[in-house]
Amino acid sequence: MQMTISEKILAAHSEKNKVKPGEFIIANVDLAFANDITAPLAIEKFKKWQAKRIFDEEKIVLIPDHFTPNKDVMAAEQCSLMRKFAREYGVKNYFEVGRCGIEHIFLPEQGFSIPGELIIGADSHTCTHGALGAFACGVGSTDIAAVMATGKIWLKVPSSIKFVYTGKLPPWSVAKDLILYTIGDIGVDGASYMTMEFSGPVISQMSMAGRLTMCNMAVEAGAKNGIIAADEMTINYLRKRTNKPYQLYKTDAGATFVEVREYNVEKIEPQIACPHLPSKTKSVLEIGDIKIDEVVIGSCTNGHLEDLKLAATLLKGKKIHPELRAIVLPGTPQIYLEALKQGLIEIFIQAGCVVGPATCGPCLGGHMGILAEGEKAIATTNRNFIGRMGHPKSEVYLSNPAVAAASAIKGRIAHPEEVK
Amino acid sequence: MRLKGKIIKYGDNINTDEIIPAVYLVSVDPEKLAEHCMEAIDKDFVRKVKSSPIMVAGKNFGCGSSREHAPLALKGAGVKCVVASSFARIFFRNAINIGLLIVESKECVEKSLEEDILEIDTEKGVIKNITRGTFFSSAKYPEFIQRLIEMGGIDSWVKERI
Repeated sequence: MQMTISEKILAAHSEKNKVKPGEFIIANVDLAFANDITAPLAIEKFKKWQAKRIFDEEKIVLIPDHFTPNKDVMAAEQCSLMRKFAREYGVKNYFEVGRCGIEHIFLPEQGFSIPGELIIGADSHTCTHGALGAFACGVGSTDIAAVMATGKIWLKVPSSIKFVYTGKLPPWSVAKDLILYTIGDIGVDGASYMTMEFSGPVISQMSMAGRLTMCNMAVEAGAKNGIIAADEMTINYLRKRTNKPYQLYKTDAGATFVEVREYNVEKIEPQIACPHLPSKTKSVLEIGDIKIDEVVIGSCTNGHLEDLKLAATLLKGKKIHPELRAIVLPGTPQIYLEALKQGLIEIFIQAGCVVGPATCGPCLGGHMGILAEGEKAIATTNRNFIGRMGHPKSEVYLSNPAVAAASAIKGRIAHPEEVK
Repeated sequence: MRLKGKIIKYGDNINTDEIIPAVYLVSVDPEKLAEHCMEAIDKDFVRKVKSSPIMVAGKNFGCGSSREHAPLALKGAGVKCVVASSFARIFFRNAINIGLLIVESKECVEKSLEEDILEIDTEKGVIKNITRGTFFSSAKYPEFIQRLIEMGGIDSWVKERI
């Protein structure tokens, strides 16, 4: 039977020769992780079940990245609970503030995300890790508790949609614009319960950071996972990061897709997702005059070094608009350090931005840049639901880092060409 | 399982940020979470749900983050069942795992109004709108999910495997 990459990985992890969409499986998990929001609930369940030990101390990662550095006493208590649990149960991979980054950038960077593996995270953006050819999907805290206790998870095998991208992107359009355009096209439930398999020449030539951005937002179309076949680029990326052997799967020629969608990317200008859904996309050329109070560059979607570089090319030697503030959050300490070495941090500070630590912070309205009533932000993040970044009457527009930087300079949503 | 109650109704794409804003995710106590449930789109939710414990909503209910605090907050606020045209997948898992009853019926959602009284029979897969005298069928769950629902969540499934 012909299978997709996702089906092959799920079959291999449930000791089957083949699996079919719709089938329920009990799968063996290779890597499971939770953060400072989702871990406390998982720990509560784990203890309630009186589980004696973690199924494999090497395969669990606890990563406090959301409300850290601790935003208040209650957040501090959650982190403390997580830290104590990690010590008590011998979790090898607990990463403390200063030595951890945003989970979906940090784990690939540190070689935890491996092709062919089954990766389960108590965070919806776990689909990011599919960029390395893994089957990665987000679940809740109870699921992670179950994985911690048993090493297993129940899954329904998803059906798949194939997305094929061809042509040459216009200047200033990047991976973020492709995924926003795609979500705008199919809607926030357009791939509900399904796999989004990204392919085509544009994806083959796309950097690993770009691939991570594409897969990161698969969940915004309702998908279970996003996946890109591992190739030479993946192998090169992994070379310095892991010694672990891994398996490269390819989708068979006759594998079943419920749909194949092809996009010629030549006319996909930078995209803006307008309030209050990631699918309410428009080209930045059609956006009109929208005054902005805050700019956020960072998050698991666009906190990569390449994203900071892109923003810095526009901000170099310029000042941000006097009536707004711009917040830059590198995704990991290593990215921060590299940005420092390359002079990017100086560019941001000279321009009037504040550069903060690696944290999810403002993306989910946690801390480090909350919006007041009536304020508007443009952010390189992934969600713009009502109240997502603060007051229920604030608004979030999503964009790529170049548009965010251009908007920071102009004080309104702007095309990068306007400030180049 | 059978239950009866008055409806509180919302639209499409009710997301986890609306169900429980992230800023309150510093607690795992369902009652504390419940205090802020749905506050961004309906300040009276907590009061209304006490007499209208059946939440009816459109498609893609629970989209967004993986926070299990969302079904917990609904449960804590006194929601007995959510009837939606469709559910986002992580919310679906979380609700099943923690034993919050969820039922899928597009027809019921389209043809029922706020304050109508519904009678839901999950075993037969039938929803009766008592106010209007109409009947709707709800989507049948796969056997595996049905078993988890009958067990009231995933607890026993895990305990068998520890």
